[in-house]
Amino acid sequence: MKRGSVKRAVKKNKTLAVSLAIICCLLLVAVFAPYLSPFDPMAIDLDHIKQSPGPAYLLGTDTIGRDVLSRIIFGTRISLFIGIMATVVSLGIGLLVGLFAGYFGGKIDMAITVIVDFFLAFPSLLLAIGISVLLPPGLLSTTCALCLVGWASFARLFRGMVFSLKENVFVDAARVIGCSHLRILFIHILPHCLPVCLVAASLKVGSFILAESALSFLGLGVQPPVPSWGTMVSLNRSYLPSAPWMVLFPGVAIALTVIVFNMFGDACRDALDQNIKV
Amino acid sequence: MISGKLYYIKRVLLIFPTLVGITLITFLLLQALPGDPIQGMVGDRTEPEVMERIKNELGTDQPLVLQYLGYVGLLLKGELGRSYYTNRSVVEDIAQKLPNTIKLACGAMLFSIIFGLLLGILMAVQQGTVWDRIGQVISVGGISLPVFWLGLLLIYIFSFVLHLLPPSGMGSGSFLYLILPASTLGLNSAAYLARVTRSSMLEVLSQPYIITARAKGLTGYSVVLKHALKNALIPIITLIGLDFGSYLNGSVLTETIFGWDGIGRYAVDGIFRRDYPVIMGCILVGAALFVFINLIVDLMYGFIDPRIKHEGTA
Repeated sequence: MKRGSVKRAVKKNKTLAVSLAIICCLLLVAVFAPYLSPFDPMAIDLDHIKQSPGPAYLLGTDTIGRDVLSRIIFGTRISLFIGIMATVVSLGIGLLVGLFAGYFGGKIDMAITVIVDFFLAFPSLLLAIGISVLLPPGLLSTTCALCLVGWASFARLFRGMVFSLKENVFVDAARVIGCSHLRILFIHILPHCLPVCLVAASLKVGSFILAESALSFLGLGVQPPVPSWGTMVSLNRSYLPSAPWMVLFPGVAIALTVIVFNMFGDACRDALDQNIKV
Repeated sequence: MISGKLYYIKRVLLIFPTLVGITLITFLLLQALPGDPIQGMVGDRTEPEVMERIKNELGTDQPLVLQYLGYVGLLLKGELGRSYYTNRSVVEDIAQKLPNTIKLACGAMLFSIIFGLLLGILMAVQQGTVWDRIGQVISVGGISLPVFWLGLLLIYIFSFVLHLLPPSGMGSGSFLYLILPASTLGLNSAAYLARVTRSSMLEVLSQPYIITARAKGLTGYSVVLKHALKNALIPIITLIGLDFGSYLNGSVLTETIFGWDGIGRYAVDGIFRRDYPVIMGCILVGAALFVFINLIVDLMYGFIDPRIKHEGTA
């Protein structure tokens, strides 16, 4: 896809433009979190516990006086980092595996398909839980768990794509003029997969952010006191009747972020007129 | 191209490598767990000879392959070990809690079918109108909301603010207690179902026989419900079947929030107590269930729609 066509797609499609803008804002929030947050997200202030939202604390404070807004702002870092890192890594693995399986076919393809099917047949949260039990919980183990769960669907997607792409005349032409297999794969076939990469990846970021928050909610993700949205909901859930803001706002943050990434993915898919399911 | 019968045989045979893979993963996870169980059994100040003897008795000095075969042998006998914490048999615990999870999953399925289908049909019939837009916003929201947060939100609204429904527990089987957890678990798939119903209905509604039916003078409702919906149902039924497996994922979160005594909460309790036999038992049973449900759904394809042909390359 050329750069010009991206620009045109953004201009034509309002949903795409809006969601892209919000994603950029979220990235900026994550990068400049220390400058944007009004308080230190870890600072305990026992004089101001369970303050309801007001002018001093826009989204209130939690049970040990930490500012909810600041913690949500810093939580953006965790969610986006894990969501994007896990997507990039699993996309990379899935793309490579899918390219080789689809291009070479035969026995390589059979072996890879069995492995991919196995990973797809495993309930993802259970697999992630198994891995999180094994590795000491934290940023890295959560990312690893999500990658291990996520690469298989990418691999299946790209295997199918390459399967049909390699029947094209341009692949025969490349072979006739003496291109090596690797050159055909990476220079000739790979570029045709890139638009699909964009759509699949943006849809996956949303689901990874959801999965991260679920793991954190279960206490298997990022560990306190590091502010993660899922952990914030989990730790404060027993105060729901008396101080709903502590649970409400982190959840809103998760939901909005995931909605934006899903909207972006849907809009990209519509713009590219592709029928992709991840 | 492989003929129909061969496809079914291949599909059934394919679950064996998957099942082996699942046992392999749980076995390796057990092996890789931190801490030495024998050290834990005998304490720190033990003669090395005693350690050796116990290792020999338990068979942990054998090569991994033999240990794995022994593990599979135990599994085939239906032995999943005992909980470190309660010393109860994991198999018995799971057998006792599984019906609760299935009850919850059935409730969720009912919820998602009712709301997903209604919303999807509404969006398809009202395509391009405000209702369509609203429906799409609802379905994107339903897909994007975190299950655990939604559950807490429903508890807050319906139990603490409106005092309509009980916040958690099972209430010895009362239907009221099922409503909130089932809607929480079902909302996600209701949203997916609405999307699929919409696109499937739109495709069918543009077919010539629908125009014929309208031309014959049939009412809108009769066309939509009797002629279109029947043919749009195939992808919808497939999705409903596949979702039943994914409820296993969701039940882990939903059951924790609502204090529902199923295997999801059992697994989470196991995680918090580092109760490894319980965790591995739940992963094993959950994964096996998931595989079998997917198998049944795949095999049902052909019965639901005789037009579907299975090809070797797909």
